[in-house]
Amino acid sequence: MTLLHWAIVSPFLFAILIPFLYKAFRNVHTGWFVLLLPAALFTYFFQFISITRNGDTVKETLEWMPSFGINFTAYVDGLGLLFAMLITGIGSLVVLYSIYYLDKKKEQLHNFYVYLMMFMGAMLGVVLSDNLIVLYMFWEFTSISSFLLIGYWYHRERSRYGAQKSMLITVFGGLSMLGGFLLLYLMGGTFSIRELVGQADQLMTQAFFLPALLLVLLGAFTKSAQFPFHIWLPDAMEAPTPVSAYLHSATMVKAGIYLVARLSPVFAESSVWLWLVGGVGIFTLFWGSFNAVKQTDLKGILAFSTVSQLGLIMSLLGVGAAALHYTELDDNIYMVATLAAVFHLINHATFKGSLFMVVGIIDHETGTRDIRKLGGLMNFMPITFTIAIIGAFSMAGLPPFNGFLSKEMFFTGMVRVLEMDIFNLDTFGMIFPLLAWVGSVFTFIYSMILVFKTFTGKHQPEKLEKKPHEAPLGMLISPIILASLVVIFGFFPNILSERIIAPAVEAITPSLIQEGYEVDTHISFWHGFTPELFMTFGVILFGILLYLLLPSWKKVYKWIPERFTLNSFYDGGLIKSERGAQNFTSGYMTGFIRTYLVYIFSFLIAISLFAMWFNGAFAINLEEVAPVGIYEIAIALLLVISSVTILFAKSRLTSIISLGAAGYTVSLFFVLFRAPDLALTQLVIETVSVALFLLCFYHLPKLSRHEERMRFKLGNALISIGVGVVVALFAISSYSSKMFESISKYYIENTHDKAGGENMVNVILVDFRGFDTMFEICVLAIAALGIFSMIKLRLTRRDEG
Amino acid sequence: MEILMAIVVGILFTSAVYLMLSKSLLRIIIGTSLLSHGAHLLLLSISGLKAGAPPLLGEHAADYADPLPQALILTAIVISFGVTSFFLVLAYRAYQELGTDNVDQMRGNEGND
Repeated sequence: MTLLHWAIVSPFLFAILIPFLYKAFRNVHTGWFVLLLPAALFTYFFQFISITRNGDTVKETLEWMPSFGINFTAYVDGLGLLFAMLITGIGSLVVLYSIYYLDKKKEQLHNFYVYLMMFMGAMLGVVLSDNLIVLYMFWEFTSISSFLLIGYWYHRERSRYGAQKSMLITVFGGLSMLGGFLLLYLMGGTFSIRELVGQADQLMTQAFFLPALLLVLLGAFTKSAQFPFHIWLPDAMEAPTPVSAYLHSATMVKAGIYLVARLSPVFAESSVWLWLVGGVGIFTLFWGSFNAVKQTDLKGILAFSTVSQLGLIMSLLGVGAAALHYTELDDNIYMVATLAAVFHLINHATFKGSLFMVVGIIDHETGTRDIRKLGGLMNFMPITFTIAIIGAFSMAGLPPFNGFLSKEMFFTGMVRVLEMDIFNLDTFGMIFPLLAWVGSVFTFIYSMILVFKTFTGKHQPEKLEKKPHEAPLGMLISPIILASLVVIFGFFPNILSERIIAPAVEAITPSLIQEGYEVDTHISFWHGFTPELFMTFGVILFGILLYLLLPSWKKVYKWIPERFTLNSFYDGGLIKSERGAQNFTSGYMTGFIRTYLVYIFSFLIAISLFAMWFNGAFAINLEEVAPVGIYEIAIALLLVISSVTILFAKSRLTSIISLGAAGYTVSLFFVLFRAPDLALTQLVIETVSVALFLLCFYHLPKLSRHEERMRFKLGNALISIGVGVVVALFAISSYSSKMFESISKYYIENTHDKAGGENMVNVILVDFRGFDTMFEICVLAIAALGIFSMIKLRLTRRDEG
Repeated sequence: MEILMAIVVGILFTSAVYLMLSKSLLRIIIGTSLLSHGAHLLLLSISGLKAGAPPLLGEHAADYADPLPQALILTAIVISFGVTSFFLVLAYRAYQELGTDNVDQMRGNEGND
């Protein structure tokens, strides 16, 4: 194990320590201990920048299950490092924030930090694993720890609902992703992403390529809350705010983005990939921003805004895939989309993290997150207001913040779609810039709502639980750092470009890099009067207009009735599937033995008849049969009569005696067919059995009084006749198609010489095949002991007595 | 002869299955007994019923009946006897405890499982 492996698993190991620290130092907030680890990890990963900026990578393998090709391979390149730094950096800030957010006396801090550390380790594992199975393992760890964190206040019903919903949706996606990984393994013969990327050209032509692509994308879309799987994210807002800031804006929801970026080199040449990733992304952008405007809960707005921004990044990754098809262009104009995706990924993590923390502060200091109750907080919370305005303006894409730059690049990427001439993009490609622009207008509107409905307007102290005041300094540190990053990246975007963005872009499009293409990552603040600049002007203009006219057009949202929403579809589907399964089970599990026997016999008849007919197995061969004698016919008649008599007998006594008659007839058959031992045994046993039956009959006195004949039932009769016919057909055809001679010749020849006996049957029973007899004795012994204990053991009686 | 035996066995199975589908516990056990008779005869007849001496070397015959199925049937008879007697006592005890031999009434209580 190298240091890199220790770094990945260190959060898990640290999680073991947390409960002990919590118990031992009750006076110190446990978060202070926890803070050390992500901070240390961040500095550790920071050192890797000098390696990856030169295009070098680090790969360390730890053998786990080498015979299956599953090894814990840690792989650091630009993309993995970017994510690792986001995870540890924002992780440290979130831990710091949570120290002031969660009360050390009222909250179960050890649970919180154990879950959080589990999550951090799992995320590091996802982004730094080169092996698909190990990646999947960590992926499910993120689902589980996210489930635990959303349900942190488990006594609240909404928390449990949100946790279950996110669990069901993300695990559904995770499982289908595993299916996609296995298909990739079947095609490429390896679980290593590096090696799969190397074979990308061969994979394209294989039959499993498309199913693998779709399954992997399903996993990525569910995790990253893309339409229509975004519904879990707003309900996950029941988690404590540090969790929402960390998991549901900056890290976990970007796991799907990471997966798409990571596997882009494998899949991106396919038109399905471009259209699905791009199309679903751009629609999610529009849908998320459209729905965010209608929310009244601040975290609800931020949840839909996250959905929308993730859609933005996703659509950029999809459109960026077009770059692969234009390698001949000197200045590949489609690379800008990938560049914008990576840049916006960083920007979104900074401004969304700070906005969540701001909302947490408002919730903490006023007792509510409902924008209808809030207003005029500007004077009470000047610092929070400043942070909120920076974050929200960056989110809306206004200069001079970093959101402006990435939004400009986003528009550039989308406008250039119009110039593509592949995959029908020249005709349908129009929807990309169109939806992008409309989505951006709505983004502008909800960003303004977020700031101005909360901080300006009339102060309503009567609706608030607490008297609002500025948050403590410790709570403000993390959002201040994030907001400063927003400003710094806004003014000096190029400090990122060479060091972080370029290696990440190279990791997403390795084939272009190999062909000598240089990534031009210079982000210019001012790029002239381009169409995208006028689009931004349009966004601002229409955004302000629509924001001011909000009350007059807000009834648009009532056009979609509640029962046609995706949430009610999910809830209804869940209830219907539960009810359906219950109805189905109670429909065929009746509790009557007879019903189950009917199923068993019907299947026996159906399968046997089908097999016989399908294989043409029925045969009849009259050459080999033994001659029929008069005695045999008489005895056969006797047997048939006695067995049928049982069916028509009115009294049980008659049926018992008929059964006895049948038994004795069978022993007569044994006499006729030259089986003396069988005849003897059958006679004795039939006598004892009939005596037992009579005993049983005698002890059921009440029943004998109102005896009745069996009622005729057509269904039962058909089934029993069916079974009889199947057995008879089977007997005839198996006798008629003998494959080889019997082995009995050996027994006949060796009974005397080798075993020293005359009676072949007995010698077989105790000598040649003595084991059968031993266990048959065991069966009798068990039956005898069972009967004895059944009669003697009366536990219920003893209790009653 | 074997064809005739096959038909007889078929009739035995028919009666046995019809009895097993009835409501009375005693009839079900009678059905299982009849079913084992059918199975034993089936074993004997599909191995061939051609003439030959009983499988005793003292007969000094040229041809013997096949001894192997006879040994198998002997084992089966004893086992089915053990099981039948256990079933019978079980039915007797069930009647004592539950006061019925109607299997439709032996369903346990809904929601009690």
